[in-house]
Amino acid sequence: MENRPLEYDYTVAKMFMFTTVALGIVGMLIGVILAFQLAFPELNLVLGEGLAEYTNYSRLRPLHTDAVIFGFTLSGIWATWYYVGQRVLKVSMAESKFLMFIGKLHFALYLVGVVAVVASLFLGITTSKEYAEFEWPIDIAIVVVWVLFGVSIFGLIGIRREKSLYISVWYYIASFLGIAMLYLFNNMEIPTMLGANAAGESGFGNWWHSVSMYAGTNDALVEWWYGHNAVAFGFTVPIVAMIYYFLPKESGQAIYSYKLSLLSFWGLMFVYLWAGGHHLLYSTVPDWMQTMGSVFSVILILPSWGSAINMLLTMKGEWQQVAASPLIKFMVLGSTFYMFSTLEGPIQAIKSVNAIAHFTDWIVGHVHDGTLGWVGFMIMAALYHMAPRVFKREIYSKSLMVTQFWIQTLGVVLYFTSMWIAGITQGMMWRAHDEFGNLAYSFIDTVTVLHPYYTIRGVGGLLYLVGFLMFAYNIYKTMSARPVEESELQNASPMGA
Amino acid sequence: MNIAELQAYGYFALVVFLVIALYSYIYHLYSTDKKVGGHDYEKFSNMALHDDLGDAPVSPISDDKEK
Repeated sequence: MENRPLEYDYTVAKMFMFTTVALGIVGMLIGVILAFQLAFPELNLVLGEGLAEYTNYSRLRPLHTDAVIFGFTLSGIWATWYYVGQRVLKVSMAESKFLMFIGKLHFALYLVGVVAVVASLFLGITTSKEYAEFEWPIDIAIVVVWVLFGVSIFGLIGIRREKSLYISVWYYIASFLGIAMLYLFNNMEIPTMLGANAAGESGFGNWWHSVSMYAGTNDALVEWWYGHNAVAFGFTVPIVAMIYYFLPKESGQAIYSYKLSLLSFWGLMFVYLWAGGHHLLYSTVPDWMQTMGSVFSVILILPSWGSAINMLLTMKGEWQQVAASPLIKFMVLGSTFYMFSTLEGPIQAIKSVNAIAHFTDWIVGHVHDGTLGWVGFMIMAALYHMAPRVFKREIYSKSLMVTQFWIQTLGVVLYFTSMWIAGITQGMMWRAHDEFGNLAYSFIDTVTVLHPYYTIRGVGGLLYLVGFLMFAYNIYKTMSARPVEESELQNASPMGA
Repeated sequence: MNIAELQAYGYFALVVFLVIALYSYIYHLYSTDKKVGGHDYEKFSNMALHDDLGDAPVSPISDDKEK
């Protein structure tokens, strides 16, 4: 054993790379179908009246959100963790049979969870809580998967050679702890079979069905504390972890200010948890809580921009790399979209702006410039950087990557601009009234006006999906591309024409 | 003193505390950076840049054991 040179072991990283790509395709495909259903409602019946139950918008919508959040993004987070974790801690998973077993078990149980989620949502089995639709047996399985992720993080940290933890590791830890806390508290639920009514009857409903332990406004508050922080600890924190590793590594540039990365980290940790109230402005939650949600959302600009600016300044003096490398392009544009959506979010959280923006498509646009432009671009860039290193081959095609970049950028721009216009139009029309307070428009008036923008959004989403398929093809072909030497993998990733 | 007043004092105290905590942390980062034997935080970037198994760790864990 001693004589064989030790290498990083990417077995588990590769497994999660596969689910990142596969579930990304599924989630985005369903997203595109949904977008076109909104523009052309007859598509709800695309497979006929008999199957309408399975093809309608409301059945598919949670499948889209959960496939991209818990499928594509989580897999991406884990693929990168099982890659970055080893490297910055300078310890190989091959050194611990236990951690290797935990990693594989983590992946296997995750796959079981994915199957259970897809099947149950298709069958319409849901708690009806947004982004937390899974019934209690699946929740328990998810908790087990999450604990395995934790064992893997702290196990690897326990056997590390590098004393200090790199900034990305802090972000991965935060992601683990944050989601653990949020998920547990939001999913406190009681199976209905355990309930009993005043007459002493019990065993209501199906065995898998449950009701939340919270009711009414409290339920909404916990739900949006969870919902918004799922964005924090699923879409922000772990993606920042990725960019803090992959951008410096790919560009060969040290982080512009490591101290700023630490300061932004603690800033983000403290501020984010208090901002969820902005989802409930003008609702029945206490006024002070709404104000707090607004104020903390605005403060959130500082730590978010701290990270984003730190990333852009990392490229200082090396901007020619943005022109030369499509991989750097993805990350720099991702970072730019991060700045952009972390400015847009706080603006929407201001009460007077929210009066127009709430419940409109502007919110949907905001979510998607963050997820498509920041999360999606960064995860794809991470996988592009990892592919040559885990397969020991060059990226199959640089020109395909460039084409993909521009197609997807156009897709994102079409998506959010159409939703801006649609959202603000909606917000203004809903509010418009005559001098006696009678509403000027009925709901269907807004639907008619919005039709072109919904079509543009569908096209934008379709372009992004096409780009994602190009990404999947490029990664697939990389597995059989030209083999490369270790020396070619130091910084900039090797790419074929 | 009613609850609203208490909340207001609490809020003010929290803001003052957070400002002090934030600036102390910045001060801590910069002073540790300068101190002899303190961390050079900017060197920590090398954990990503030199991350091959054969590369020397920025601060090896075995340092502790030798002491």
